Amino acid sequence: MALLSIFQTVPVHYYLVVSAMLFCIGVLGVLYRRNAIIIFMSIELMLNAVNLLLVAFSAYHNDSGGQVFVFFVMAVAAAEVAVGLAILVAIFRNVHAVDIDELKNLKW
Amino acid sequence: MHNFTLLLFLILSSLAIFCGLMTVFSRNPIHSALFLIGCFFAIAGHYLLLSAQFLAIVHIIVYAGAIMVLFLFTLMLMNLNEETEQHKPALAKIGAVISAGMLMLVLVAVFKRAVLAPPPPYQDFSIGTIETLGKVLLNEFLLPFEFASVLLLTAMIGAVLLAKKQNPNTNQA
Amino acid sequence: MTVLLLIVLLPLAGFLLNAFWGKRLPKVVSGWLASAVVFVSFVLSAYYFAGFVSGTQTKIDADIYRWIQFGDLFIGFGFLLDQLSAIWLMVVTGIGFLIHVYSISYMHDDERFAQFFSYLNLFIFFMLLLVLGNNLLVTFIGWEGVGLCSYLLIGFWFKNQDYNNAAKKAFVMNRIGDLGFLFGMFILLTHTGTLHFSNLASIQPGVLPKWILVAVTALLFIGATGKSAQIPLYTWLPDAMAGPTPVSALIHAATMVTAGIYLVARTGFLYAQAPETLTAVASIGAATAILAATIGVFQNDIKKVLAYSTVSQLGLMFVALGVGAYVSAVFHVVTHAFFKACLFLGSGSVIHALHGEQDIRRMGGLKKYMPVTYWTFLISSLAISGIFPFSGFFSKDEILAAAFAHHKILWVIAMLTSLLTAFYMFRLLFLTFTGEFRGTEEQRHHLHESPPLITIPLIILSALATVGGVLGLPEFLGFHHWLKNFLSPVVAKSGAHAHALSHSTELALMGGALAGAIVSIAYSYILFVRGGALPVPEGEEKGITRLVYHKYYVDEIYEKIIVQPVMFLSDIAYRLLDRRVIDGLVNTSGRLSMIAGGQIRKLQTGYIGYYMMFMVLSLVAVFVYALLIRL
Repeated sequence: MALLSIFQTVPVHYYLVVSAMLFCIGVLGVLYRRNAIIIFMSIELMLNAVNLLLVAFSAYHNDSGGQVFVFFVMAVAAAEVAVGLAILVAIFRNVHAVDIDELKNLKW
Repeated sequence: MHNFTLLLFLILSSLAIFCGLMTVFSRNPIHSALFLIGCFFAIAGHYLLLSAQFLAIVHIIVYAGAIMVLFLFTLMLMNLNEETEQHKPALAKIGAVISAGMLMLVLVAVFKRAVLAPPPPYQDFSIGTIETLGKVLLNEFLLPFEFASVLLLTAMIGAVLLAKKQNPNTNQA
Repeated sequence: MTVLLLIVLLPLAGFLLNAFWGKRLPKVVSGWLASAVVFVSFVLSAYYFAGFVSGTQTKIDADIYRWIQFGDLFIGFGFLLDQLSAIWLMVVTGIGFLIHVYSISYMHDDERFAQFFSYLNLFIFFMLLLVLGNNLLVTFIGWEGVGLCSYLLIGFWFKNQDYNNAAKKAFVMNRIGDLGFLFGMFILLTHTGTLHFSNLASIQPGVLPKWILVAVTALLFIGATGKSAQIPLYTWLPDAMAGPTPVSALIHAATMVTAGIYLVARTGFLYAQAPETLTAVASIGAATAILAATIGVFQNDIKKVLAYSTVSQLGLMFVALGVGAYVSAVFHVVTHAFFKACLFLGSGSVIHALHGEQDIRRMGGLKKYMPVTYWTFLISSLAISGIFPFSGFFSKDEILAAAFAHHKILWVIAMLTSLLTAFYMFRLLFLTFTGEFRGTEEQRHHLHESPPLITIPLIILSALATVGGVLGLPEFLGFHHWLKNFLSPVVAKSGAHAHALSHSTELALMGGALAGAIVSIAYSYILFVRGGALPVPEGEEKGITRLVYHKYYVDEIYEKIIVQPVMFLSDIAYRLLDRRVIDGLVNTSGRLSMIAGGQIRKLQTGYIGYYMMFMVLSLVAVFVYALLIRL
């Protein structure tokens, strides 16, 4: 069974723009907020923007390789969130805050 | 039919972008997390639209199910809410918006130049099935697949090690 | 060839063993090990020497490997063994062995015993390299190496700053001479393309321009003046007596200082074509001989007297070289090595018995306490004074005769030097060994004859000093001059001088020299034994005595006209160039980077938010750049 491609109706450029916007919202969140957890969420948002584009192009080229890539991105994201939140918990225990402006020890 | 697809795309897109914006701008971190879940659902809808059925389900399970639960759990563990939230000075906020806007502009400018192959006339729905993905994943991408499992195991051990209380005398949290 | 290599490498092995494991070995083992390697070298050298004597051994001249090769230039690393080097081999290893044995006893209390022997072995190695090199560059390695060992051994007791200064002085003076040697080699290399003695010797007279020959020989002679302590570079040798006495005997009397003689004799074929240089060699030799002899008369340090005597005798050898009497020069080198080594070792024995006392004003009457030392010292003194039938008589007489045949003034100076030598040597002998002991009571109680390890080398050397003359019995008396025949294959080309003197003249010269020496000794006897005269204490010398006692103030003059201007210039360079220009540049660049760092570091706020902002902006910049490039 073969239906007409979605790209006959929705040009792939639309997907490009949507994922670019989602990505930039993620960037904005990273720059805008001080709460480290929200920054983490923004990073998830950025990853998802990229995922969306990968899936879109996977369909565009009728190639499942792109979707496999999304799998790996999800695996890495899951690992990253687990470790990242563990680090945040450890930091929170020490300074009682998850405010990145409190974490200025990068400069000695 | 065509218009319906376009409509669906537009609704899902605006929902995703709205939820994304609300994630960033919500004052209460809990609300941010909830809006992010909404955003994930919208993206899952996009996946369905793009005939990636299996991926859409996995997306919901992993992101909305596992990762967001982890986020909410952490937020509640730290007891963060609107009152404790600190905000950046106005200048930094303006700077952030301008930077993100510039990135947006540049990205769009780059994408506008993208030269793409003509779209396929028909859509192959089989690429998103478990069967196809399983074959590809366990044949072509077997080694990265195994690496991913090692990565997850490592991350698990790392997370446990990092988060456990090291010395009960010094940690009051 | 392998055996020859063994001769050279054995002392090197001894050096390495003693340098690396010497501290772990018992002193006896390390001392005898060092002596043994030199002894084996001596036996092997004797094997070659015997071969040359019997005529079965032919000249060895072979490169071991190609050392430097580029373009037309080729310098091998090789050895040349002929009659001339064989004689030096015998002297270096033979006397070297005796002095090693002597040192075992002399240095037995020293905590750096093994180090001392490693240095001695290293010295023997370099000296053999110097003597055996088949081209000037290999010789130069040895030349530099013995200079280094000389430095190390003069400054062996480096805790005394004066000794360090003496070592530095010797090194710097030698370096000045070495520069001449180097320049000489450069000129030779530029104009002939080779440094091999055999190639140089085969160049026909007239091929090389005269000025080159004169320049090369003069420059090489400058090198020789440095190593062999001639005017103007002689002042280091008396100071070099700061080293342990065996070192003075080995390096600064018997072997190293004769390297200059060896160099001139070895390159005699060049000097033969440059009579101007030969005249200079003879003049400088004569001037050094008389100058050093006069200074020797007024010195009160037992080793200083011997040192000036060495300088003076070396001057006589250069006179012989300068008048073309190469055989006589070599002859005197050999006999001088015997009696001067014996004298130094004897003085070492005295110093040893007096626990470090070197001033002859506080000695005297040692004859009855140290008979062996006394008798060997007496024999050597007779030899150096030229008394028949001791070895010095024959060698010195040859030089006097050659000088007489060449130019009367040279003869007068050489004759005066001999008379002065006889006088000051016996002044030394009488003041040290006869009369009453003038030291402290405590020293008197400890007076003793030295142990056998010290006296046996003394006896052997004095025996050699006695009979060494048979190497070159005078021909005009109908004897066979063995050394002359032996060396004839080597020095024939060098235009060995013809004895133009009649037999009666030679006989008269011989008798005159002998009579003069006896008169000198008699005068010395009258003055110091009968008259009981003593040198005046420090600072009470008057008139000419004062001038000579202070060595004609040569050191002070050098200090004023060379050292101080150089110091002055260095000081200016230090203040201006170093402190202002170089330090300024370095400090300015350092300060600039500090200022720049201080400013740039303000960018590093430590706030993660800023970093992320910059990251995003950089990303934008990268994209913009990519866009612009693609336009």
